[in-house]
Formats: sequence, C-alpha cells, structure tokens
Amino acid sequence: MIGQTFDAIVVGAGPSGNAAAYVMAKEGLKVLQLERGEYPGSKNVQGAILYADALRQIIPDFHEDAPLERHVIEQRLWTMDDRSHVGMHYRSDDFNEERPNRYTIIRAEFDKWFSRKVRAAGVTLLCETTVTDLLRDADGRVTGVRTDRGGGTAFADVVILAEGVNGLVGRRAGLRGDPAPEQVALAVKEMHFLPRDIIENRFNLRGGEGVVIEAMGTITAGMTGTGFLYTNQESLSIGIGCLVSDFADSPMTPYGLLEAFKNHPSIRPLLAQSECKEYAAHLIPEGGYRAIPELVGDGWIVVGDAGQFVNAVHREGSNLAMTTGRLAAETVVALKRRGDKATAFHLADYKRRLEETFVMKDLRKYKGIPSFLHGNKQIFGLYPRLFSAAAQTWLRVDGTDKRTKEKEILASFRKGRTLPGLIGDAVKLARAWR
Amino acid sequence: MHIVVCMKQVPDSAQIRVHPVTNTIMRQGVPTIINPFDLFALEEALRWRDRLGGEVTAVTMGPPPAEEALRKAMPFGADRAVLLSARAFAGSDTLAPSYALSETLRRIGREFGDPQLVFTGKQTIDGDTAQVGPGIARRLGLNQLTYVSRIAELDPAGGRIVVERRAEGGVQVLRTALPALITMLEGTNEIRRGSLDDAYRAALAPVIVWNASDAGISDLTLCGLRGSPTIVKKVFAPEIRAAKARLIPVAERGAAQIAEDALDAVFSLQPGVEAALLRPAQGTQQGT
Repeated sequence: MIGQTFDAIVVGAGPSGNAAAYVMAKEGLKVLQLERGEYPGSKNVQGAILYADALRQIIPDFHEDAPLERHVIEQRLWTMDDRSHVGMHYRSDDFNEERPNRYTIIRAEFDKWFSRKVRAAGVTLLCETTVTDLLRDADGRVTGVRTDRGGGTAFADVVILAEGVNGLVGRRAGLRGDPAPEQVALAVKEMHFLPRDIIENRFNLRGGEGVVIEAMGTITAGMTGTGFLYTNQESLSIGIGCLVSDFADSPMTPYGLLEAFKNHPSIRPLLAQSECKEYAAHLIPEGGYRAIPELVGDGWIVVGDAGQFVNAVHREGSNLAMTTGRLAAETVVALKRRGDKATAFHLADYKRRLEETFVMKDLRKYKGIPSFLHGNKQIFGLYPRLFSAAAQTWLRVDGTDKRTKEKEILASFRKGRTLPGLIGDAVKLARAWR
Repeated sequence: MHIVVCMKQVPDSAQIRVHPVTNTIMRQGVPTIINPFDLFALEEALRWRDRLGGEVTAVTMGPPPAEEALRKAMPFGADRAVLLSARAFAGSDTLAPSYALSETLRRIGREFGDPQLVFTGKQTIDGDTAQVGPGIARRLGLNQLTYVSRIAELDPAGGRIVVERRAEGGVQVLRTALPALITMLEGTNEIRRGSLDDAYRAALAPVIVWNASDAGISDLTLCGLRGSPTIVKKVFAPEIRAAKARLIPVAERGAAQIAEDALDAVFSLQPGVEAALLRPAQGTQQGT
C-alpha cells in the first residue's frame, strides 16, 4: 500500500486520463496516475487526427514542442464501389494558419509527449501497473484502487476512470455492463513508410501540409464502417473499421478488409513504393449518446472512451476524450476548493458541464445515427454503387443525349431501391441527423 | 551490504536491422531494452539484498536516453540509480568502458559505501563480448566469478562467497573472498515484478547523472574512442542460411491433395529425397 491518500487517482494515461491528470496537477492537486502499458501510448491506437482546439484549452502552446506530423489542409470524403470512388474534396489555404485546426499525429510519440507534460506538472505516473478493482468503504463509496502489483492498494478522494474502450475496471466493479457488439467497432490500421518528398508530390502538399481521406462504401463488404488514409510526415496511416456485430455475421476478416482496401484501384497508387512498418488493431466505442453509461458515482467519475465519448459520424474521439478529462478535472478541483466530498451528488456537476459543451450537444444530435447505420446497410453497398454508376453514366460521352442519361440515372435509383425506399431512407437519415 | 549492478541499455535485437549497404546496425526507431542478461544480475542482487539487508545501486553508462533503462530498473526495487553520461565516452569499445565504470564504482564506493558485490550480466546482446565485467574486476582488484549459475553461500561478515559456475563439461563450485564481481548466467532466476511501493518510490526517485569529472574520471584519454584500441577492419553480413518458406494453399483442398502438394514442394526443392524414399519401397515390392 502506498502510505498516503491522493487527491485523485487517474486510471489510464491516454488522452482523457492525461488531460484530467494534467489539469488537476496544475491546480495543485496530488495525483497518482496508473497505466497498464509499458509506457503511455504503448497500448493506444488511433488513426490519428488531433483536433487542436481541445488540447489548446489544456496546453495553449502545445504546438511548440508536441510531436505533430502534418496540419490538415485538405479533406477528401469518398464513397467507393469496387472499382471507383465518388469524392467530395475540400482544400483551403485558410487551413495554413498560425494555429492550425487539425493535425495528423502518431499516437505512440504524441502520448509520450503528453505524458512528459503531465509528469512535469507534478503527477506521479506508474506504468506497467494494472488496476484490478476499486476499493470501497462500508457505504459503497469508492476510496481507491487495487492493482496487480504486490501490496498494491492506493487511496484517493476520487478515482477518475480513463481506462479506455474496454473499461475493465468499471465493468468488474459493476459500474456498467459489457458494451454491446453493435456499439463497438473494430478497426485495423497499418503504418506505411514513404519518403517525405514522395508523399508531398503524390498528395500535392508543401511543407507540413497534410491530407485526410475518409471513405465508405463497398470497401466494408456490406458492414457498417469506414476506411481512412492519413498523411504523416514520412508515413501514411491506412485503416478500416466496422462494427463488431457485423464482423460476427460476416465471413470477412478485419485484415482481409484492409488488404482489399489497400488494393482498391483508388487507393493502391497512393501506397505505391511504401513499406508497411507496423500494424495495429483497436476497438472504438461507437454506440453514441444512447450507449453512454452512468458517468459519476460516490468517489468515481468516467471520462474518454470508457464513457463512450466518440462522435462516430465525424470521426472525433480524442478531442472528446481530452474535453471530458478536462471537465472531470475541473469538477474535482472545484469540489476540492469548496471543501465538498466527491459524492455522486457533487460530482454530477461534471454532467452539467458536459451538457454545456459540444460533447453532449453533438452526441445528442446524432443519437439516432448509430441505429440508423446499423439498420440500413444499403448506405454502405447499394448507394455507393448507384452514385458511382450515375457519375459514370453522366461523364461518359457516348452519343447518348443528356436527357436520356438523366432518365437512366433516375431509373437506376428507382430500380435499385424503389421510390418508397428512397424516400424512406431520406426521411430516416434526416431524422437521425436532426 | 552494498551491491552494485552494472547494466546496459541495448537495442532490442529482435527488432534491429542491418543497413543493406554499410552493414552497420540501424538503431534509429528501434526500441531499447535493458540488456536481458543484466536482469538476471539485477534480480540476484535484489534477492540477496532482501535476504541480508543493504542497498542495491544500478549503474549504467550511455547517452542521456540510457536513463530510461535505469527508470525501468528502479521499479524492480533498486534503491538508487546512477547514469554515467558524457560525450567523451562516445565510441567506446570494451576496454574504455571498463575504465570509466571502474572509476565510477570507486566514486560510488566513496559516496554510498564500498560495494561488496558487483554484478553484471554474462554479456550484452549487442556486443556479445563478455569483456567489460572482467575488465572492471581486474581494474578494481575484485575477485571475478564469471558465468555464475547460482550463489550457494554469501557471508558478508566473514567476507566469503561460494558460487556455482558453468564450465565446459560440468559445474565448478568456487569459493572466494569478498569483494567480488559476478557475471550472471541467463535463466538463473526470473526478474520480479516490483511492488506498488517500489514502483511509487521509483517514480519519485531521481536518477543520479554524472559526467566524467563527477565520477572522478581523471584520464579522458582512456575513455571513448580515444581509449578504445579496437579497430573495426571489416563489417559483413552473414549469409542467410535458411531458404524462404513456401506457402501451400489449403483452401478448398482435401487432406490428400494438401499432402500431395506438400510432398511435391519438398521433392522439387530436394530431388534426392524422392529418389531415396522410393528406393526401399521398390525394394519391398521386388521382394514379394
């Protein structure tokens, strides 16, 4: 047992845990942070895009020394069929700004940097230390944690669970149930090394500029999911992910999907001459608003992926993680200042703070999306095929007049989905999006 | 009893690659680890400290990132950690480090008490020379016990130690007087998982960083490249011995077909095998 009581114990050293630990330590709280990995970032996988605003609220001058890859100036959204893609691209020189909005990052490096900041702020970090359970007093109040190390208990006024998507501690302690297979996506990714000048020529970039490609369509073989390709300084991150429930019903394997995605005629030339340096897989909580578990209790508070804080539609997660970590920390600091105990009643202030931010507003806005995407697989197969066929009909010059082409396109949509089907999909999507 | 463990940060040899042109080791981006043999030394030191009392000091020499190796060693339960680091040590072979480390051990002795035992692993996985430990022992006048598989007796008060040493064709049982230097064999123990207290203490404890003058090293001509008489005349990559594995497709094929394919693959690579296998079979046939 560590012979002292901490103001807070943070379980996990990912973006949410680091944000929480950093903010509390900066405010003078005595914080113990426990990480099961060999070093912070060793267990963490993300595409990865860093949305700068969330981090800027915690470390305003982070861009001075954080390991950032490229700032994103161009976003490509693709719907793909087996041989084509229909894309919407947005590129703007406005994104070449003094304080860029989005960066590509490599999480292993970024998390190490973030952790150095956290430790410099005064947090005591213990790695290779797995929290196995929560300690409770006679009233059921959480008073600390038990770890897998010998003599392994530590006590604190509040435990912040930043333990990630699997959330084993919270599940074991009965704070929440197991996530449902349709609420979790399994994503696989590879890092492909490619010289800087080839990347910049291939993607039309200068200096630190970067491109992001997000793709959906037949690449997921009828499953609910998306693929991505991000440009780093000297590597490309490419990955694909689908709901675990869909993988369970599909003969496709995650790596099989990724291989097929890499060999798609629209992707393969982008990867040419590259060398795969590493591969990784991770779960992503994608249940959205309706999957959010209880977030506070007597002596505990949940942040990041463990709280299902991912906006699957916009591929945002680490910014929600950092924001929830920060808000939890601010809540704890405020309690401490007032001399209040970390009871469920007082910690509920965290939930009120969440409601006022984009975190809950966005998740509530899209609360119908997960079930819509889960129940409407034509979004991932039929429509991308129809879009591609329509584009090809429209663009191919073959002596057919344009009015006939228009009719052909309309007919293909009606034939593929029927008029009531089309209207129904539009209405359902509009409802879910609202 | 004060025990010092000398350890080295090495590239994870499972992950290093050799530069195709220069044949030198490409260290960039390769994760570093504590030399695995040194962990047996560390564990042995910790066990004897736990049994007899005293302190364990971990020491390493290397560039500033080598502090990480000490940071990893501390949560196992080492009491303090000393990093010897200076530009003057760059380019060392095995002679120069034995000088720098022996001077550092003298300074550690003055500062924290003379060590009665100094441990190292039997060798490092990046150099494989097994020379630095004996070099330290010689310079400090310590009795040296190399390739030790077991410490049978340790009596600090009586200044006596008995060990088992692996030798060609058997095990030697050796007795000598303390202080002594032991290079520990692999597989002799298993590195512990430090307690939560050890981990916490380690997180708060500083790593002591010494440069040459801090460590009391007076003669820099004996350090680094200047103090290293070894000259690399040639670097070459060994011939790759094994041929590449050939994959045989198994999807939608019966066991017999797969077996057939496997045999075909073997026979096409080793034509002699087929002939050798067929010969006795034909012989049997002829006999009946």
